[in-house]
Amino acid sequence: MVKAQIHSGARGKAGGIKVCASDKEIWDAAEELLGKRLVTRQTGAQGKVVYRLYIEAATEIEQELYLGFVLDRAAERVAVVASAEGGVEIEEIAVEWPQSILRVAVEPAVGMQEFQARELAFGLGLPPALVSQAVTTLMGAYRAMRDLDGTMVEINPLVVTKDGRLLALDAKMSFDDNALFRRPRIAELRDKSQEDPREMQASDRGLSYVGLEGNIGCIINGAGLAMATMDMIQHAGGKPANFLDIGGGASPERVAKAFRLVMSDERVQAMLVNIFAGINRCDWVAEGVVQAVQKLKPQIPLVVRLSGTHVEAGRQILRESGLPFIMAETLAEAAEKAVAAWRASARK
Amino acid sequence: MAILIDEKTAVIVQGFTGQIGSFHAQEMMEYGTHVVGGVTPGKGGATHLGKPVFNAVKEAVEKTGAVASIIFVPAPFAGDGIMEAADAGIQYCVAITDGIPSHDMIRVKRYMRRYRMERRMRLTGPNCAGTISPGRAMMGIMPGHIYMSGAVGIVGRSGTLGYEAASQMKAMGIGVTTSVGIGGDPINGSSFRDILELFEQDPETQAVVMIGEIGGPQEADAAQFYKENMRKPLIGYIAGLSAPKGRRMGHAGAIISAFGESAAEKVEILQECGVTVVPNPAEFGPTVARVLAKAN
Repeated sequence: MVKAQIHSGARGKAGGIKVCASDKEIWDAAEELLGKRLVTRQTGAQGKVVYRLYIEAATEIEQELYLGFVLDRAAERVAVVASAEGGVEIEEIAVEWPQSILRVAVEPAVGMQEFQARELAFGLGLPPALVSQAVTTLMGAYRAMRDLDGTMVEINPLVVTKDGRLLALDAKMSFDDNALFRRPRIAELRDKSQEDPREMQASDRGLSYVGLEGNIGCIINGAGLAMATMDMIQHAGGKPANFLDIGGGASPERVAKAFRLVMSDERVQAMLVNIFAGINRCDWVAEGVVQAVQKLKPQIPLVVRLSGTHVEAGRQILRESGLPFIMAETLAEAAEKAVAAWRASARK
Repeated sequence: MAILIDEKTAVIVQGFTGQIGSFHAQEMMEYGTHVVGGVTPGKGGATHLGKPVFNAVKEAVEKTGAVASIIFVPAPFAGDGIMEAADAGIQYCVAITDGIPSHDMIRVKRYMRRYRMERRMRLTGPNCAGTISPGRAMMGIMPGHIYMSGAVGIVGRSGTLGYEAASQMKAMGIGVTTSVGIGGDPINGSSFRDILELFEQDPETQAVVMIGEIGGPQEADAAQFYKENMRKPLIGYIAGLSAPKGRRMGHAGAIISAFGESAAEKVEILQECGVTVVPNPAEFGPTVARVLAKAN
């Protein structure tokens, strides 16, 4: 088996997993896959480039099982999910065979107990001879989840082989970004080739950025306000080019970094800056915006909406800068002006 | 009345002498909050901003009679700080700190449950802007002047979007009893539902605004609570209609990972439960005004 190592599931259907019968076929499969851009259901249209392969002996499979560990937000615990209908995604299992899904919640004070692992193993219908091996696998996977600050561990499929062994044929783990400070070895595993270059730049600069498909670049402070502003742009008939939260405060340095980042997206034809200044006053934020624009000279229309502390002083600084800002007072006005400006600049 | 805090609530600051803790403690005192001291391990005995500093929360509670604590402790140590507050007998704790690991919060929540109901600490946050009862007291980092005192409760996951809502309301002459930030993390101290329960019991609060977003089950749970247990009108907003699935939108908890977690699905659930939905984020003020006019 030759498996493409990309940050995505559903690789098989996209041609990312090849079964080979000879050495030559392995070389051919490797040749074909390395450097190829794989588009799966989870990668989005841009796909992900294959730089690594995993080659292992093919296994004759008797049965495919599903095993997952997730943070259950409602129960505020780690939940273990298992199903005897493995090999397909959990979403599909939930729709097709909901009654096959077994769940166990882990009590955080004492961690997962062996009786819980046994309950799952027997519940999956495993032959008694395999139960103790399954318990070892379950307990080990739970320890990985807890001790490495995982947010998700998924073994899919966990298989019973024709010769009666239990084998994890594939595994995925997600880790808590907030815990990387104490997991340096996990942080080292970060594979930047699998990340969107702009999002990577942003995270290296302490900004929170998600690239989208639209044409109106957004610079906003606070995640909720950023989402709401994107929604407002959509409501006004436009499409946001990105989600960008520069943080609750909005220092001039952060504003400048944000401008550089949003302008690096060639699709952006208009920009909307929406800052609700609290402790960081509007006049200070406005100075940051003016400095960034003087330095970077964006050649696209720029709508700015400031609100909060010292808003009048902030607006005055923008007006007196001599720069062609399009000013807006309310959120609705800002979104409408940004959409109008984008339409006008797209026509040129 | 307000909920959670008023001008008489005795507050300590954990992470008092740090740069961020000092700055916001000063702002809180200027707003009128009854700050009685602070905790920084190793700096006990000192005086900071005119208030005593203690090594431990327990000592601070004994000497000052503090009942509330606000946490500015850095993320790696914040979970420990919250548990220390719970053990010291603090009744209400606001955790401002952003970036606490989820597994730490699971342990913190479990630890808090080891105390009997009557002495169990209430926690809001982490990763929030705090709580303010306008004109009375502020435990948080918000600009106090954008809130007007009045009769509407606000509860939200996001800081600046909460400011947006409060300032739209103020512009229309609508004031607030208390505004509570429950934070943007996947596992937080109090849920929307917990805070709705408090607002429903508060005689001064006439209506409640709930500001939700994509990800997690809390808004749906709150809507169900509203349908079954609330007589006061609830006005809801869900941010993230334009957010793609499976991508984290800034907040650690803002990710659509299961059925019912997208903004469109949540809006539908809210409407089914009879919640008045704010159609877009420019309509907070007008929607609240309409609901209040109808109720009176």
